Amino acid sequence: MGMTFAQKVLAAKAGLESVAVGQIVEVEPDFCMSHDNTAAIAKKFAKIGVDRVKNPERFVIVLDHTVPASTEKYALGHKEIRQFVREQGIANFYDMGVGICHQVLPEKGFALPGALILGSDSHTTTYGAFGAFSAGVGRSEMAVLYATSKIWLKTPATFKIIVTGHLEEPITSKDLILKIIGDIGADGALYRSIEFTGRAIEEMSLSSRMVLSNMAIECGAKNGYIAPDKRTFAFLEGRAVRKYTPVYPDPDARYEKVLKFDATRLDPQVAKPHTVDNVSPIGEVAGTKIDQALIGTCTNGRLEDLRLAGKILSGNKVADGVRLLILPASQEVLLGALKEGLIKIFVEAGALVLSPGCGPCLGAHQGVLAPGEVCLSTANRNFKGRMGSAEAEIYLASPATVAASAITGTISDPRRFL
Amino acid sequence: MSIGTIWRYGDDINTDVIFPGKYTYQPLTPEEMAGHAMEDLDPSFAGQVKEGDVIVAGENFGCGSSREQAATCLKAAGIAAVVAKSFSRIFFRNAINNGLPVIELSEGIEAMKKGNTLSVDFEEGVVAYEGHEYHFPALPNEVIAIIEDGGLISHVRKELGKG
Ligand code: SF4
Repeated sequence: MGMTFAQKVLAAKAGLESVAVGQIVEVEPDFCMSHDNTAAIAKKFAKIGVDRVKNPERFVIVLDHTVPASTEKYALGHKEIRQFVREQGIANFYDMGVGICHQVLPEKGFALPGALILGSDSHTTTYGAFGAFSAGVGRSEMAVLYATSKIWLKTPATFKIIVTGHLEEPITSKDLILKIIGDIGADGALYRSIEFTGRAIEEMSLSSRMVLSNMAIECGAKNGYIAPDKRTFAFLEGRAVRKYTPVYPDPDARYEKVLKFDATRLDPQVAKPHTVDNVSPIGEVAGTKIDQALIGTCTNGRLEDLRLAGKILSGNKVADGVRLLILPASQEVLLGALKEGLIKIFVEAGALVLSPGCGPCLGAHQGVLAPGEVCLSTANRNFKGRMGSAEAEIYLASPATVAASAITGTISDPRRFL
Repeated sequence: MSIGTIWRYGDDINTDVIFPGKYTYQPLTPEEMAGHAMEDLDPSFAGQVKEGDVIVAGENFGCGSSREQAATCLKAAGIAAVVAKSFSRIFFRNAINNGLPVIELSEGIEAMKKGNTLSVDFEEGVVAYEGHEYHFPALPNEVIAIIEDGGLISHVRKELGKG
């Protein structure tokens, strides 16, 4: 019987002919990622009693969550991490400013087809857009990976999500994934591997695909795979840190469920407070007043997102009483936006351009919300209290919807602007 | 066998409300972490929770971020077990890796009320509540070994012969 992508990768990594759904395998990931939480992981690693990180070349560390440090405690954490990577000879270290981990790993060529990548961050699923098997783990597990390079994983069952049709600007893959999560629910694919396929996916840029894999975790999925194709290979040209072998599911693989969506004529979608699956088409929430708008994060902070926002914001002004924050996902994105004149458009519109990093996405700094405030964001989570006050409300939408709404001051349909 | 008072919550309880992100990158002691447990969901929790209490919840408990403090803050607060219809996979792993027992129960959850007591027999795989007994599947051997060793770090220490 044929195997799914998840079965094939896990079997290959475990050195087995085949693995069954539910089977527990011991594997060695190709790459492991951790970010500002490396300070805490290093302390757990020290408790294990092993002096040296095994295979330091497999670890990638990115400072992005609380950069630049806004408190002494954060600064101390960063300092400890710099010392740890020096002592352990971890060469793949990207200090603050390079970008958000989930953008940096693909840009620096670690997100490779067929690779097994684990990260101590739930949105590690992002690299599935490149045909990798990637999933989040906890800090203790990362500490053990430092010590042993090994971990156990359970082979998940797989949902195949087929997306037919065609996305028409300004509708984006963000609207599509919000629609999918709204339909199947926050636990709709709990513990499952998702394979996204179909014409609409094939047509997508890598940046758009990353949005789907990034948010696969928001319906509970372990990973979100998209078959690598010529667009993937072109992206990796000159970036890939090593040779790779793409892995594709067998044509006769067994899926637990096959779900179908049509991208054509999709309305802009908005996730309402306080869960990601609380999704409505824009018509139902249009007119809701906002205090802050955020365009960026690892979900929608790439050049194509900023281009779309720039198109809408060009020649317009941010509404009185609204703060628009622009958060490029990486230095590479920031440089691209500078070159294309987008940063000028944003600043002239009255936006605040932040340095590449996670910014206010996790509520630690740089634009947190006061009680009673409403934020419309391109991020992936709108949980209560996530961006500051538990009394604030977060709505999620595409960069086009956020840009349009920043101009009007209320949640607005971007189709009016293009 | 362990008996505890129930804290009852619904579906999709996410890690941001269990342990807010603003504390995630601060080094806190277990007591400080316990003080923030459930802060954005149930402000009464941290002040009133007692050693041995249990959390009973619906589907997808612990969804969202991979932060391990969501599990460790509950353990530090004295929670003896979390019983839910289902768990997010990262929370499930984090809980086990930190010695917090997590029990997936397919029936009986609806009837369980806040403030009542519940008993759990881990060896027999039985949850008892108001005269009813509900069975849960035994955990895989790999997982039991980790819990028995008091969490993943000490388990691996032992495996590597570091005591
Ligand atoms: S941008 Fe937000 S979701 Fe992405 S890694 Fe940073 S904190 Fe997490």
